[in-house]
Amino acid sequence: MSKKIVQIEDVGQTFSTKNGPFTALRGINLDIHEGESVSLIGHSGCGKSTLLNLISGLTTPTSGVMLCDGREIAGPGPERAVVFQNHSLLPWLTCFDNVYLAVDRVFGAKEGKAKLKKRTEDALALVGLSHAETKFPHEISGGMKQRVGIARALSMEPRILLMDEPFGALDALTRAMLQDELVKILAATKATMVMVTHDVDEAVLLSDRVVMLTNGPAATIGEILEVKLERPRDRLALAEQPEFARYRAAVLDFLYKKQLKHAA
Amino acid sequence: MTLAAVADRAGEPGTEKVSRVRAAVQSSTGKGKAMKVVTAEQAAAAETPATRSGVRIGAWGRALLRVVVPPVAGLALLIGLWHLATLNGGGIPSPGKTWDAAVVIFSDPFYREGPNDQGIGWNVLASLQRVAIGFGFAALVGIPAGFMLGRFAVLSQMMNPIISLLRPVSPLAWLPIGLLVFQRADPAATWTIFICSIWPMIMNTAQGVTRIPQDYLNVARVLKLSEWKVFTKILFPAVLPYMLTGIRLSIGTAWLVIVAAEMLTGGVGIGFWVWDEWNNLKVEHIIIAIFVIGTVGLILEQALMLVARRFSYENR
Ligand SMILES: Nc1ncnc2c1ncn2[C@@H]1O[C@H](COP(=O)(O)OP(=O)(O)OP(=O)(O)O)[C@@H](O)[C@H]1O
Ligand SMILES: [Mg+2]
Repeated sequence: MSKKIVQIEDVGQTFSTKNGPFTALRGINLDIHEGESVSLIGHSGCGKSTLLNLISGLTTPTSGVMLCDGREIAGPGPERAVVFQNHSLLPWLTCFDNVYLAVDRVFGAKEGKAKLKKRTEDALALVGLSHAETKFPHEISGGMKQRVGIARALSMEPRILLMDEPFGALDALTRAMLQDELVKILAATKATMVMVTHDVDEAVLLSDRVVMLTNGPAATIGEILEVKLERPRDRLALAEQPEFARYRAAVLDFLYKKQLKHAA
Repeated sequence: MTLAAVADRAGEPGTEKVSRVRAAVQSSTGKGKAMKVVTAEQAAAAETPATRSGVRIGAWGRALLRVVVPPVAGLALLIGLWHLATLNGGGIPSPGKTWDAAVVIFSDPFYREGPNDQGIGWNVLASLQRVAIGFGFAALVGIPAGFMLGRFAVLSQMMNPIISLLRPVSPLAWLPIGLLVFQRADPAATWTIFICSIWPMIMNTAQGVTRIPQDYLNVARVLKLSEWKVFTKILFPAVLPYMLTGIRLSIGTAWLVIVAAEMLTGGVGIGFWVWDEWNNLKVEHIIIAIFVIGTVGLILEQALMLVARRFSYENR
């Protein structure tokens, strides 16, 4: 087994709100191994983004320990790239410049302008947005913004890719295409991925493990499903495979039987 | 002296100068109407060339008419009422008389005959120069101060009571302090402009800084951008629209205040010119000055709106 890159030990997150403290997460224990793909799935508002923010270092837990490479996570850094749920593009920069900002930060010290430009163009081409390079975020659709956000994260060649519903606003076809690209990149770079998703098929198709969260408040990990499907996975072939259906059923069962009554 | 007494005595020429100035300053708020009328006039002027060059007059022309006719009608109504009001004589000159005087004034706006007798063009430029200097210094001090107040909560807690206390004070109240410090009228007038311009710039810049969406700062944190990059790529562009709002408000107030300040300090300037014409009992010149002040204020406002639109990222 490859080494642990992220260790989450008995982590809890309590927000102080106007109506007193609000416990979003409690007792989270999870080890993520190098090169592994993990999905976080759970009903809306259970705390998936909160957990992802903890791994990224944007927030610090109120209890427990978060380690990355055996060291406590003190803050965010470019080796843990984030695709934000609301894409978070800078509205005064073009799509190109939004990605270039990240490329320049990561590779600017070592590489020349032409190389950086090439990297930026490649990243945008990867998500099929070469034609939108000079557009501003308000000039493109929600799905396109999300793709720029993905391009920005991928362009950084991070060791850990943290994605918060990266394909949420995309149509089925674009989504499938980007999922396939993502799998290829992860295989090539051996990067680790943690992805928040609502899509059961996506979770099973992309991950080595599906982490299922119970409903909030005070959500915790309910079940972890290991997906032992052979890679590379072919989405069309898988659709007819009973094994795939079983994994799917397991996740659906958790979400819609075990957690449903709380969700209502 | 009571307020009523000031108002009473303001009408008669030859009263003590200061009381009349005060009355004039008090009544300077009534300028809004004149400015609106000029808006209409300007809009009309801007639209006419388009009509001429329009190839398809039909739909275009009708749309233009809708834009042009109401403001022109409003202007006509105002002039009509003005004319009616002056039919029976009285102190206020008729529109025709004012027009004739305007033709004379604008045929040679840049003459110079001694320090106290210069064309209206020089007077307007002198006022604009004072506004530009006072306003420039205010921007130099106010914008960085706003950034600091927005960034450091302690600073803003320290300064907020002081700012809240000083902001509602009429900038003219600072004029004597300026006279005392600078010993001359001209920098004192500039000083009042500085004071009145600085508050909106501090407040709006600080507000812009505190309102930067956390999302943008999160991007900076994930990328671990250097302080300089954070400032140029995130802080500055995010705050710029707020800053421009502050600048626009400042310029507006500065232009309101300069007229009053110059009435008190004298010298060359449109405010002093109004005062001088009052002493000469050339009321038609005062009416012309009101239109000129309104037009210049409008142009300043529109120019800054244009700049603001250029830099506001949502509607670019
Ligand atoms: N900064 C905060 N202050 C207070 N409460 C918060 C804060 N951030 C999140 N919460 C609360 O924590 C809970 C989990 O929020 P989170 O955004 O992690 O949900 P999520 O699982 O990502 O939901 P979704 O699928 O809709 O994105 C919610 O009840 C939310 O109201
Ligand atoms: Mg979320």
